[in-house]
Amino acid sequence: MAHPLPTSIDETLKLLSAGSYVADRSLATVIFLALRMGRPILLEGEAGVGKTEIAKVLSSVLGRKLIRLQCYEGLDVSSAVYEWNYAGQMMAIRMAEAAGGVDRGRLEEDVFSERYLVKRPLLQALAPDVNGAPVLLIDELDRTDEAFEAFLLEVLSDNQVTIPELGVIKADHPPIVIVTSNRTREIHDALKRRCLYHWVGYPNAERELQILKAKAPKAPARLSREIVNFVQAIRAQDLFKAPGVAETLDWASALVELDAVALDPAIVSDTLGVLLKYQDDIQKMQGSRVKAILDEAKAAANAKA
Amino acid sequence: MDAADPIPDDTGKLAENIAYFARALREAGLPVGPGSVLDALAAVETARIGTRADFYWTLHAVFVKKHEHSDVFEQAFRIFWRRRALIEKIISTMSPATPPSRDEKERKPDAAALRAAQALLKQDKPPEPQEERQEEFSARLTVSEREILQGKDFAQMTAEEIGRAQRAIATLRLPDDRTLIRRMIPAARGPRIDLRRSLRQSLRGGGAGIELARMEQATRPPPVVALCDISGSMADYTRLFLHFVHAMTDARRRVYTFLFGTRLTNVTRALKSRDPDEALALCSAQVQDWSGGTRIATCLHQFNREWSRRVLGQGAVVLFFTDGLERDGVTDLTTEMDRLHRSCRRLVWLNPLLRYDGFEARAQGIRAMLPHVDEFRPIHNLQSMETLVKALAAEGSMDADPRRWLRKAA
Repeated sequence: MAHPLPTSIDETLKLLSAGSYVADRSLATVIFLALRMGRPILLEGEAGVGKTEIAKVLSSVLGRKLIRLQCYEGLDVSSAVYEWNYAGQMMAIRMAEAAGGVDRGRLEEDVFSERYLVKRPLLQALAPDVNGAPVLLIDELDRTDEAFEAFLLEVLSDNQVTIPELGVIKADHPPIVIVTSNRTREIHDALKRRCLYHWVGYPNAERELQILKAKAPKAPARLSREIVNFVQAIRAQDLFKAPGVAETLDWASALVELDAVALDPAIVSDTLGVLLKYQDDIQKMQGSRVKAILDEAKAAANAKA
Repeated sequence: MDAADPIPDDTGKLAENIAYFARALREAGLPVGPGSVLDALAAVETARIGTRADFYWTLHAVFVKKHEHSDVFEQAFRIFWRRRALIEKIISTMSPATPPSRDEKERKPDAAALRAAQALLKQDKPPEPQEERQEEFSARLTVSEREILQGKDFAQMTAEEIGRAQRAIATLRLPDDRTLIRRMIPAARGPRIDLRRSLRQSLRGGGAGIELARMEQATRPPPVVALCDISGSMADYTRLFLHFVHAMTDARRRVYTFLFGTRLTNVTRALKSRDPDEALALCSAQVQDWSGGTRIATCLHQFNREWSRRVLGQGAVVLFFTDGLERDGVTDLTTEMDRLHRSCRRLVWLNPLLRYDGFEARAQGIRAMLPHVDEFRPIHNLQSMETLVKALAAEGSMDADPRRWLRKAA
């Protein structure tokens, strides 16, 4: 069932929290603007801070279809926008031949018609939908090459796709477009210009605790507080890759599975691999460093409790 | 604002203020076009802002297109919309109920503040009284840097020099210079059938027969990341190397350049400028630690942390241009070199400090770094672009094995 678009920033915040996404006001502002102005959002940020999740939550709370285009190197028009049904086309040509009297112009028109068009995600997103325009998630755009960004420009700015053999296909209602990037390369200015930009950072302790409560309700309150304080402290360390929110949630559920009620150095050392994904980082944190950070985190948790 | 402006008259002041603000941002180095100003007006209209924070994030969403620009934006916003009354007036025109705006806490001045302040100082027609802000600027401009920094003037390029550089670059084939990409291009004898092209060609002939068109995987040169040492011991070569990188930036699509002495600076944008003199002048203005000391390990650490994932992602070749004379701890250097080596496709070390033939890898820093490079390219008597290009060329790959140098020194 389609849900109407929010009419204020506060309503956007409420909507997101209904989908159990704890957003800060700045993110809600950007989403609200994008929804009202019909502009795409470009979300950048480290891996695991909840960029992709925003699209999923939006599609579920607004009751829209989610169309996801996962980018990879070498992604091209035929797998992202459209492809022709070649077998069908060849069949049509042979049939026309068998029937005799081939009219060249008509044959070309027949063969390159919508009947033989295979729609890929970008084109699907332009099609009308009873539940309202779909949410189009273009995930990890930085994984493709620059050539692919060029295909996107037309969709993002004019909500249309030009197929040389067929003409222009335009959406009546623009889809809600969310583009994410991990910044493994810079996205071209031409594409950025068409989007509203937001940097999704690591949450502060208070918000991370809310996220943990919403997403891992099974974790005891005291443990949650310690986890959040520990993760916040470890992010301040000189690490190659600081843990994201996704890692915090994974760690929390791992600790719940291990029936931990509080953090201690042994259990932290054993489960550090859930939080840190580089061997250098894990080595750096083993032993006394873990204990020092843990003591700090516990003191902070107790002070608040 | 002219008649084409979509904003009604009662917000004319707002439009004007936003236009001024956009100009200030542009001066501070944010790429803000006239399109963004219209977007910003539309966004402010749409958002019907209730608080200062909402106003901030609304403009932020439109004007900021890069995470690095957030700081500049914040400072510019804080200074520009300083008089709270101004924002409150805007808010009151936008919404019936005006919640009290929050007091912002004072922050430590930083580099972005300076840039934003300088940009606003340059405004010829500021939309609000200036005395109040003037005070603040004077405080900000006195922020001193502890490091001893110096600028550098490069001699202008001669036409002959530029021509020679372009010719040399045109012939340059780096080792490992073609990478297969996952994109297909038409090829007469390609291994795969291009159905789409086959069908279109066949229809052109009336669909009588289908002649198969073929395609193959495309190749392209990998991105190049140049890390260039600009410390005192390398001062003689800096100009030549920068010119080299500039010519390469001009000729290829993806070249990223970082300069380091005691700190790391990304000068990629500066080198994109077409004219070599202009590019070098821009570099010179951006970098503050010319001809000073070297902290290779520290700078590499910074590069690995902040940039490696952003520029080495697509199989980049790293050109590491340094003499390897390092005073910092050697253990850090080993770790950082190892990390760099593992994050790139090929690590090529160019060492220009070999004025005699009997070079041996004895210096501690050099010994620490050698095991972690793919190629070690010493340059005798680096005088011209040709020598540099020759030293880098693919043919020399066999002699460039770093193990050879280590064995010799052992």
